[in-house]
Amino acid sequence: MSEFAIEFRDVTKSFAKKDGGRQMILDHVNFSIPVGKTTVIAGGSGQGKSVTLKLILGLMPVDSGQILVGGEDVTGLRGRSLEQLRTHFGVLFQGSALFDSLSVYENVALPLRERTSKSDGEIREQVMAILTQLELTGHEEKFPAQLSGGMRKRVGLARALQLKPEIMLFDEPTTGLDPVMTQDIYRLFARTQEQVGYTAVIVSHDIPKVFNLADQVIVLNNGKTDVFASPEALQWSREPHIREFVESTMGEIYQSHLVEQ
Amino acid sequence: MAFEQGEGSMQRNPVGKLGETGLYMLQDMGRMGLYLLLALKGLFRRPFRFAEFMRQMHFIGAGSMVVIFCTAASTGMVLGLQGYYSLHKFGAEGMLGSAVSLTLIMELGPVLTAIMVAGRAGSAMCAELGIMRISEQIDALECMAVDPFRYLISPKFLAALVSIPLLTALFDVVGIAGGYVAGVHLMGVNPGSYLEGMRTSVTNHDINLGVIKSFVFALLVVWICTGRGYFIYQIRGAGFGAQSVSRVTTQAVVFSSISVLIFDYLLTAVLL
Repeated sequence: MSEFAIEFRDVTKSFAKKDGGRQMILDHVNFSIPVGKTTVIAGGSGQGKSVTLKLILGLMPVDSGQILVGGEDVTGLRGRSLEQLRTHFGVLFQGSALFDSLSVYENVALPLRERTSKSDGEIREQVMAILTQLELTGHEEKFPAQLSGGMRKRVGLARALQLKPEIMLFDEPTTGLDPVMTQDIYRLFARTQEQVGYTAVIVSHDIPKVFNLADQVIVLNNGKTDVFASPEALQWSREPHIREFVESTMGEIYQSHLVEQ
Repeated sequence: MAFEQGEGSMQRNPVGKLGETGLYMLQDMGRMGLYLLLALKGLFRRPFRFAEFMRQMHFIGAGSMVVIFCTAASTGMVLGLQGYYSLHKFGAEGMLGSAVSLTLIMELGPVLTAIMVAGRAGSAMCAELGIMRISEQIDALECMAVDPFRYLISPKFLAALVSIPLLTALFDVVGIAGGYVAGVHLMGVNPGSYLEGMRTSVTNHDINLGVIKSFVFALLVVWICTGRGYFIYQIRGAGFGAQSVSRVTTQAVVFSSISVLIFDYLLTAVLL
């Protein structure tokens, strides 16, 4: 068993530009995400954070290089093998990606209905347990359009946790939420990670808000990565582009501490 | 399965642009061909979503009945009047039943049903899938290791393949009745000659041609309409967000209607 949940080896990804050239998103990138820890992938807008998640999930092909999950090369997997790989993951999307024609209960029950042979009674029991845990009881008959942003995130988290994933991917999990709701969501992440024991990968442009959660920080910048063993290591880095990135977020770190207090 | 996002490169010179358009069309056809195969394969993957199939049957089939009834009644009555006007010149009003029924069964029934369903249900299916794509709902399904073809697309395919031929049959019956009302009750054609003309001139071959057409048109409508919504990001010039949904939905209805008309000619030329 590998000590790393996910490894990127010399991964390159680019997109076609309108002028005929290629826009390099990831340029021969290498990093490893340790098992059971929380890794934050940070960077400005358009630096390839969400693309990195899509590459891990096989939603996009890499141009070159290898992606390893649990020590196994999963680059270019298709069909049933790709489906099998995805059973190891839970994903919380930026916009929650709830099925808007299904109620909260049906959304959370969907993975159990589709991926397990559990009876309706067992599914109800499991769904109600996680809804209670995430403080969503009383909302199970509502539809996503009737929920606030924070509640939608919690429903998305409940759905993602249903199959007890080994790796949880969070794509900009607190975008559009107020500071109090943001702290609330991160508290839930920490609690569920302690209970389920998953490896967390949080993609965020908003380092201050995930400062306390991160064990490791990966900064994406112009197709390259800088890996920091801790948020403090990032904070004290002397690299000019990292200094610039950190300084641009210092004000928010201060505000974030004020909210916590 | 992974479908790469993003537009292709735009060459500035005319030859380059032409080449790029050709490449885009080739890519698009390949994508749509693969999509059709996966959607048909999804029909055989278990567990089959019977409840979703019934919901789609209700939406595509039962929900289109009023539109089909109105279109068929007016088409049949117009055919009755126009047919009477033309046949009267040759003293052949007795052939009205034959003319109306053959025109409806072989031609207008399958074509107009498919076009009406494309406008009513096809546009809705395209918009639904387009919105699901841009709001990452389809990505979410894939990430839960749920095959979106089995879960979302194949029930729509099966429902269209069952309900559109049934709607075509309804169109034919209502249209023939409309022709009867216009020809017999309004223009005074002998009712016996209307019915007898229909009975003697319509053969099994004519009915089979209509049935084959309705199946082919059903496949075209559901394939193009759902496919355009599913690939909303890959469609050139679609734009982003709500605007892309409206543009792609319009494109889906136009493409499927034109395809129905082209295939109508091809099938008639081959099978008649």
